[in-house]
Amino acid sequence: MSITPPRPSRRAFLSGGGALIVSFASINPLVAQGTTALPGAAPLPGSLAKTSMLDSWIRIDAEGAITVFTGKAELGQGIKTALLQLAAEELVVAPKALRLVTADTALTPDEGYTAGSHSMQDSGTAIRNAAAQVRDLLIGLAAAQWQVPTAGLFVEGGAVIAADGRSISYGKLVADQNLHIQAQPQPVLVPVAKQRLIGLSLPRIDIPAKVTGGAAYVQDMRLPDMAHGRVLLPPSYGAVLRSVDISGVEHLPGLLKVVHDANYLAVIAEREYQAVTAMQALAAAAVWHENADLPEPRNLFETLAHLPGETVPVLNGSGKMPEGAQIIEAAYSRAYQMHGSIGPSCAVAQLTDGGLSVWTHTQGVFPLRAALAQLTGLPLDKVRCTHVEGSGCYGHNGADDVAADAAIMAFALPGRPVRVQWMREQEHTWEPYGSAMLTHARAALSPDHKILAWDYSVGSCTHSTRPGGAGNLVAAWLRSNPIAQPAPKPLPLPEGGGHRNAAPLYSIMDARVVYDFIPDMPLRVSAMRGLGAYMNIFSIESFMDELAHAAGADPVDFRVDHLGDIRATDVIARAAERFGWAGYFRTPGRGRGFGFARYKNLAAYLAVAVEVEVDRETGRTRLRRAVAAVDSGEVVNPDGIRNQIEGGILQSASWTLYEGVQFDRTRITSRDWSSYPIMRFSAVPDTVDVHVINRPGTPFLGTGEAAQGPTSAAIANAIFDAVGIRLRDIPLTAARVKAAIGV
Amino acid sequence: MITLTVNGTAHQLDIDPATPLLYALRGELGLNGAKFGCGLGQCGACTVVVDGEATYSCLLPVIAVQGRQVLTIEGLGGIDKPSPLQQAFIDEQAAQCGYCIAGMIMRAHALIQKTSAPTEAQIREGMEPNLCRCGTHMRIVRAIRRVTAEAREAALVSFRETRR
Repeated sequence: MSITPPRPSRRAFLSGGGALIVSFASINPLVAQGTTALPGAAPLPGSLAKTSMLDSWIRIDAEGAITVFTGKAELGQGIKTALLQLAAEELVVAPKALRLVTADTALTPDEGYTAGSHSMQDSGTAIRNAAAQVRDLLIGLAAAQWQVPTAGLFVEGGAVIAADGRSISYGKLVADQNLHIQAQPQPVLVPVAKQRLIGLSLPRIDIPAKVTGGAAYVQDMRLPDMAHGRVLLPPSYGAVLRSVDISGVEHLPGLLKVVHDANYLAVIAEREYQAVTAMQALAAAAVWHENADLPEPRNLFETLAHLPGETVPVLNGSGKMPEGAQIIEAAYSRAYQMHGSIGPSCAVAQLTDGGLSVWTHTQGVFPLRAALAQLTGLPLDKVRCTHVEGSGCYGHNGADDVAADAAIMAFALPGRPVRVQWMREQEHTWEPYGSAMLTHARAALSPDHKILAWDYSVGSCTHSTRPGGAGNLVAAWLRSNPIAQPAPKPLPLPEGGGHRNAAPLYSIMDARVVYDFIPDMPLRVSAMRGLGAYMNIFSIESFMDELAHAAGADPVDFRVDHLGDIRATDVIARAAERFGWAGYFRTPGRGRGFGFARYKNLAAYLAVAVEVEVDRETGRTRLRRAVAAVDSGEVVNPDGIRNQIEGGILQSASWTLYEGVQFDRTRITSRDWSSYPIMRFSAVPDTVDVHVINRPGTPFLGTGEAAQGPTSAAIANAIFDAVGIRLRDIPLTAARVKAAIGV
Repeated sequence: MITLTVNGTAHQLDIDPATPLLYALRGELGLNGAKFGCGLGQCGACTVVVDGEATYSCLLPVIAVQGRQVLTIEGLGGIDKPSPLQQAFIDEQAAQCGYCIAGMIMRAHALIQKTSAPTEAQIREGMEPNLCRCGTHMRIVRAIRRVTAEAREAALVSFRETRR
């Protein structure tokens, strides 16, 4: 077997010089008694509720080196920097003094998926609280050692210091002990007035390598003796391999292996381009039988509406409209949309005597480990998944699938690491899309412009087919003894899947909301940034605009009239004011639009005002400027929030204006960036301003997906304001605008 | 043998002459900056500068690059000493996932070499071939403006003096 690269093991952390079991009973007799929370105690904050031992999160070695562990992954959202800020704040050290280990099944807590804008509230909260407890623990140890009360001690620069000037380093305090101690629910956090790091826009620690050609991604891994694999995915979902003549492929230069198992084909070569060439030769030699079993694209929404569904109640209003009231009704739709990572998915895998190691940009190393164990037949403890950054994913893209490909190829070439990257066409045609969706809204208005009744339904396929089981991996469907995809289930409320944000935040006496969950999946679908929230907020916020128009009310005033949450009205007021909503002067072809939501009705509040320009001749819409206000609770890194919201606004504008997966009865025909266009620089707004409202001392509210929904509706509302046409079907393409204008 | 001159150094490579430049840079020379994005010349993640021109390295066979000067992001500056353009991307925090960014910087570099004091419209037009999926465009434009601001100011001063 070949060389396994050196990697820090858990054992190394646990043994070498000993991390810390403090003789802590002497400090607080309640603490050292067991591993479960005390009965009747408050729940542990964030992910501490699931992983409650302090040394799962923070370890200090005898030299004083501090390592912080998170089960979350850096996806380009800047989470590493924000987590370090929190740990450094509470430990009262410089962020540079800390080392951070991210999602790794051998080293870190299992925090599930890095998804749903959860990282700050789950991992950030856990790390902050754990760090605060470690700090107080260290103070307690020093106090015990010096036989002085803790009250007179403070910490600075990695040491506990007494009023008389005595000091002892964290490393000395923890020598030969470890931090294997149950976390407590309510540690003392650094008070807001004394914070040094929380609230500062510290520069992201990952950016310098990314702009200087450093090895920053799994795509950049070069392990000793590494080979390169390419998979040959079928030309369409259900295609069956009739025949393949591999004789022309086997003798290609550099070829190491052709993997052929039923409908699964792959090649492994010494060099990457050799693998690409061999894969192309294999493609030319493969004969497939394909079925025309995709829906007729022109009737997609009728087809979806007639598929068997499961009704999930969201709000149990009557669904009745009061007699004599003004009734407004509208239906909206959203095409299938793709994550469209710029870098096709990639993974490296290696099979050694010790087991299978996989380096992956999956959003969930632990669920992927379970899936790969099932796929390969290895016991769970023989599979290790380590997160290494990839291209931005924005949800469940091909990351897990290509990790399975790499695992299969590692088995075909034991000992050698195999790096596998999908091709562009594979990422485009095989990634699981954001589901097509359809919504219907009806409401009754009183003469004084109040919403009396609301009746809303949303229909959608599932928004998660993430692995956990191997049945959600493409490779598992293609090999002999295929593993069937498990039947999807609706994700539970309050976060929800297709019904995420289906309940309006607006105060309405009688509101009925229903989710029609469609278990069938005519196209492969899974989680994409915001899940159903994008479409539900598009629908609700477009509909609010339609209601305001019907009522003859200003759309911003109309929203505020139906909101009883001051944090909601604060972001609305801020966005409107900074945009200049009140004094807006409309010029021909231009219009303004507004959108608001609280993501998942429990995370960040976001309001956005936009101005668009519509070219009546071509139907082309350009977002000219956007002004957003966001309330993410306590702000750790304001620029990190701004970067996420700016990016979310632009990405949502791209989804909303241009994007819909194209297909015919047999194949996905959106195979590249010309058949699935996204926003380019010529369409980018002139300005995007993001105003961050800080709420010190309040919980973190997930932010990464908050802009997707409000932006989409703001654009549709601005098009209406500009040219008087109401577009209800995403994408709001130039062709649709032109057809609606009727020029 | 193919002779490939990258960042001022000539390399003798024993590879298939049809190999696209991208794979030679990444595989043979171990350079990370140029990225595989589409292999079709549609996204610009693989952009490098060849004889002063921003070029899709995923499409150009290595045989066609013999005798020409290839500049990659590694040739601009490293993590310890980033070039002013790279520093401007750091200062503006102009990356999210960052996968497209090396290509963006190389296209911007070629643009600035040709147009030392570009207007914002020229920057946007020049960057059109490169895709970003995270929506970092505003910051990318700001970073390029930042690094050219001084030149632009100098151009305006010189213009005013001429008019005087």
